[in-house]
Amino acid sequence: MNDMINLSRRSFIKSTALVAGGLVVAFSIPQAKRFMGVANAAEAMPLPAPNAFLRIGADDSITVMLAHSEMGQGVWTTLPMLIADELDADWSKVKVEHAPAAPAYIHTAYGIQITGGSSTTWSEFDRYRQAGALTRALLMQAAAKQWNVPVTELRTENGAVIHGTQQLRYGQLVETASQLETPTSVTLKKPEQWKFIGKATKRLDSTEKINGTAKFGQDVQFDGLKVAMVARAPVFGTSLKTVDDSAALKIPGVIKVVKVPTGVAVIAEHYWAAKQGREALKLEWDVAGHDKPDSAALLKQYQALAQQPGLQAANAGDVVAASKQAKQAVTAEYVLPYLSHAPMEPLNCAVKISDQGCDIWTGTQMQTTDQASAAKILGLKPEQVNIHTQFLGGGFGRRANPRADFVSEAVQVAKAAGLPVKTVWSREDDIKGGFYRPMFVHRATVALDKQGKPLAWQHTLVGQSIIKGTPFEAFMIKEGIDATSVEGVADSPYVKGTANHQVQLHSVQSDVPVLWWRSVGHSHSGFVMESLIDELAHASKQDPLAYRRQLLKDHPRHLAALNLASDKAGWGKPLPKGVFRGIAVHESFGSYVAQVAEVSVKDGEVKVHRVVVAIDCGLAVNPDGVKAQMESSVAYALGAALSSEISFKDGQVVQSNFHDYQVLRMKDMPKVEVHIVASTEKMGGVGEPGVPPLAPAVANAIFAATGKRIRRLPIGEQLA
Amino acid sequence: MKLTINGKETELNVSDDMPILWAIRDVAGMTGTKFGCGMAQCGACTVHLDGQAIRSCVTPVSAAVGKQITTIEAMQDDKVGQAVQAAWQQIDVVQCGYCQSGQIMSATSLLKQNPKPSDADIDAAMSGNICRCGTYQRIRTAIHEAAAKLA
Ligand code: FES
Ligand code: FES
Repeated sequence: MNDMINLSRRSFIKSTALVAGGLVVAFSIPQAKRFMGVANAAEAMPLPAPNAFLRIGADDSITVMLAHSEMGQGVWTTLPMLIADELDADWSKVKVEHAPAAPAYIHTAYGIQITGGSSTTWSEFDRYRQAGALTRALLMQAAAKQWNVPVTELRTENGAVIHGTQQLRYGQLVETASQLETPTSVTLKKPEQWKFIGKATKRLDSTEKINGTAKFGQDVQFDGLKVAMVARAPVFGTSLKTVDDSAALKIPGVIKVVKVPTGVAVIAEHYWAAKQGREALKLEWDVAGHDKPDSAALLKQYQALAQQPGLQAANAGDVVAASKQAKQAVTAEYVLPYLSHAPMEPLNCAVKISDQGCDIWTGTQMQTTDQASAAKILGLKPEQVNIHTQFLGGGFGRRANPRADFVSEAVQVAKAAGLPVKTVWSREDDIKGGFYRPMFVHRATVALDKQGKPLAWQHTLVGQSIIKGTPFEAFMIKEGIDATSVEGVADSPYVKGTANHQVQLHSVQSDVPVLWWRSVGHSHSGFVMESLIDELAHASKQDPLAYRRQLLKDHPRHLAALNLASDKAGWGKPLPKGVFRGIAVHESFGSYVAQVAEVSVKDGEVKVHRVVVAIDCGLAVNPDGVKAQMESSVAYALGAALSSEISFKDGQVVQSNFHDYQVLRMKDMPKVEVHIVASTEKMGGVGEPGVPPLAPAVANAIFAATGKRIRRLPIGEQLA
Repeated sequence: MKLTINGKETELNVSDDMPILWAIRDVAGMTGTKFGCGMAQCGACTVHLDGQAIRSCVTPVSAAVGKQITTIEAMQDDKVGQAVQAAWQQIDVVQCGYCQSGQIMSATSLLKQNPKPSDADIDAAMSGNICRCGTYQRIRTAIHEAAAKLA
């Protein structure tokens, strides 16, 4: 109740903060109402400062509003650290909330509210610090007024303003601060003044995630909320012919069955009834004559295309002429499967439609498109759609869908049902439900000179575009080239460092829905490039590390990561019998990651014992968070490299759950050692860049161990 | 149907074959126990039945009649559970957190049966619990840590 009063008391001033670096940011208060039931909202006294990013309560609590979604990557801790440093906050008083979907929270670089591209920390580095600094300035002014002393005599420490021996806690200053004009500029602290930034900091969401109280989308429950499951097309792109729901409606707990654009939804009192009801549906789909993807046929098609000229993604010199000067050439074809993100929390979305608008509770990485899609379906204005972002039980890109698939569907279900409904996906729905990392075939021919240096590089990629047909097409596809398809190849330092090169792309059309998967195009290009480089090193009889160092000699950040990883791994030093090393380095999302994998192969079984990781991400705001993301990336990428694959037979996805879509488990987790390059270079991301180098480092170690070159993922039974 | 959840007798209007998971989550409204796969593949739904770790997504409520169901919500009142949670906090294990209720339930059950597990014991006991965020290394460290604290 109080919260409402406070909200209306907030001044909706828009001001501009001009700070060091010249960045101009407009702060404003979102109009969206706060999520009902947020604990502590009642006592929280919002600062009427022009500040959407934090509220200070009379109880001294500091509530940080996150413009980004917490999905494991740790922004729940990192962004508050930025504010805390500028605010001189008492860390024990910091609370965190997901912000609503509102213009104030639009990504500083991407223009929509999104969590993706490993960009949260660098993109908020200035904005969150400014929010903290502005608020601190206001609190100091308030104290100066209260004590009637010049502001220059004041300092701040641990959540209080101090003058000589007296102090005022921030909570005591909120009332006065609320009457003040917001400063128009602030000076940010110098790195040597930081207390939080750069220091390993424990997560703020740990307790609630350990005791079961953390609320994920799946956990949203309120009176009147029903559960729905949707029966979707067994072959992508096919439509529904007939529905017989008579048996489904007899299941106790089933309330109704409704048609939605994506299929047939069974609405029930709980998941168990919805599931049984769905199983009892008799549905006929119009699959006859429809294109039915088949993995074996797709592979043949892709392989044939890889030998045809495609659209030019990069081109320099004369590849044909230069190849004639070559001492030798290496030609290789690499194949990568469709992959499912399989976040631990299956997709879900709760929707309540009312006369005023619509409330949506879900774990999403892309509030703006979800909000816009829901508004369109319901004929509302976007601001009438309130998105209550919950903790995400993993995202990996699946919860950032430009097509807003699972949110749109849930809105359709609630609309058709005329009830508040939480649409829940089963694991089978998730694995079979599409939006995969696209399958890719790469074919490359690299001509080498006498010293083994590439003279000409011809590289063709075949795969579906993840951007085509989405609202992002207009600015992310240029002259037919989806930049995310060729990233990591067209801009590779190896390719660009080869005077004669040509990168070509075939974007295959298909009804199989595809999407970014942790590290996007780098998830395939990193594997191909770093395996290929290893092939070239061996073809020219050079040590793979020395060969890379030579080719990357003008790329200091690649080199720094490579040197640190190889050093810490003891490259060249003896290993236990049967254990071999492989190395890889790859830049993505502005960070440079090198990995050395120690691997043994016994009876066709690959065992990864240890992975040494070095990352240059520029400033590491929370070094322990960076380490956690590297460990996470190794696990995520290793599971995929060893055993994950989505395949098609007769138009249908073969896999269905974790027994056949296999991911990494405890017994296969290597020891991961992470080293952070001391760097003052431009900040990059950490959620994704640890993924690309893992598969090639492992595959290169397998080559060292067995002489067999892995050119197809997953590794699966290839060594048996 | 009468179920005993965390020491409390609870009358739930559910059919015999409903998995314990959905009875606890959707009927009793206790959401700490998670759904990940529904077929005993991921461990997210792990609870204790008379002290034994089970996958509640495939165990019908009929199997729990007259037995004690213990969920993550009760771990802070359990000596071993407390030690495990403290170690989790100390090692900063969690990422997205979705698997962690199940991880903690499995780890607690492991430590009750085997107070000083080796790495191989941990592999054997914990490989049924998937973590898509890949927190396995920290889980391993935290289990050793909790074992040491309890010793
Ligand atoms: S939900 Fe029960 S084991 Fe996965
Ligand atoms: S912490 Fe995310 S699945 Fe384990």
